[in-house]
Amino acid sequence: MKYLKFFIVGIIFGMVLVKSEAVSWYRIYEMFRFQSFHMYGIIGSAVITGALLLIIAKKFNLKTTENTSINVPLKDRGFARYILGGSLFGLGWALCGACPGPMYILVGTGVFTMLIVIAAAILGTYCYGLLRAKLPH
Amino acid sequence: MEILQQPWPWYVSGPLIALIMFVLLYFGKTFGMSSNLRTFCAIGGAGKKVSFFDFDWKAQRWNLVVVLGAVCGGLIAETVLDNPNAIALSDSAVKSLNELGFDNVGANLLPPELFSWQAVGSAKGLAILIVGGFLVGFGTRYAGGCTSGHAITGLSSLQWPSLVAVIGFFIGGLIMIHILYPLIF
Repeated sequence: MKYLKFFIVGIIFGMVLVKSEAVSWYRIYEMFRFQSFHMYGIIGSAVITGALLLIIAKKFNLKTTENTSINVPLKDRGFARYILGGSLFGLGWALCGACPGPMYILVGTGVFTMLIVIAAAILGTYCYGLLRAKLPH
Repeated sequence: MEILQQPWPWYVSGPLIALIMFVLLYFGKTFGMSSNLRTFCAIGGAGKKVSFFDFDWKAQRWNLVVVLGAVCGGLIAETVLDNPNAIALSDSAVKSLNELGFDNVGANLLPPELFSWQAVGSAKGLAILIVGGFLVGFGTRYAGGCTSGHAITGLSSLQWPSLVAVIGFFIGGLIMIHILYPLIF
């Protein structure tokens, strides 16, 4: 079954984010108040490990399961969309303490009010699609 | 088993998240959770009205399966691997949250003051979740990624746009926590 591997990756992702407490609203608050190293440790060690893995993949020319070389798609050039979109995202992230991954994971932990946040996030994405041509990118 | 029930330290969790990103790249995909929000719009038929949602969402099914797995992972972590102790937040965080009016800080993953049905029953409580969710959904697509796509994948691959986006995440987050929170709570 070709989707099974993605299901397993998802399970591990959900477990790591709950057990590391990265899904906790309190941890996000603490991060933005610079009151603990915890979240910086998670993100920092993820970025360093990720960078090393990508360097190793490049050096040994590792292939994907589709037999293409492993590479990360490049983000479009630009500045306004990243700083403005990023800031709007940050406002929401700090307010409800959940970014898109944790939103789904928290539903699994039994926080069903998170479905309201997910519905609002889908609406927000839809509104971006509507306004896209009028926004600076 | 007992060790798995304890909170996982950052130096275990962070590298595991990087490994998840890398495994998805190895499968020929990318690590991006907010893309699913766009997919949900497309499934709902938004592509008929807005071209941004007019794409073959079926090619994104694998990512929806990741989401389904993540929900199950959350369930497993909260049941089989549940840790009954409160989150070990810093004393300063507990103190400043108490001052804002939050009690039993860290007893649950999320504060009942915001996420209990009772809290959502008030207009203010409901507005907080809707506005927060809306900003996340709008902002992430505008910025072309969220924490997984920019902070983890983008920074790991040393991309400038992702650094700018992460700086944006912090501008917004710091404004919310330091300026707007005292007005809201």
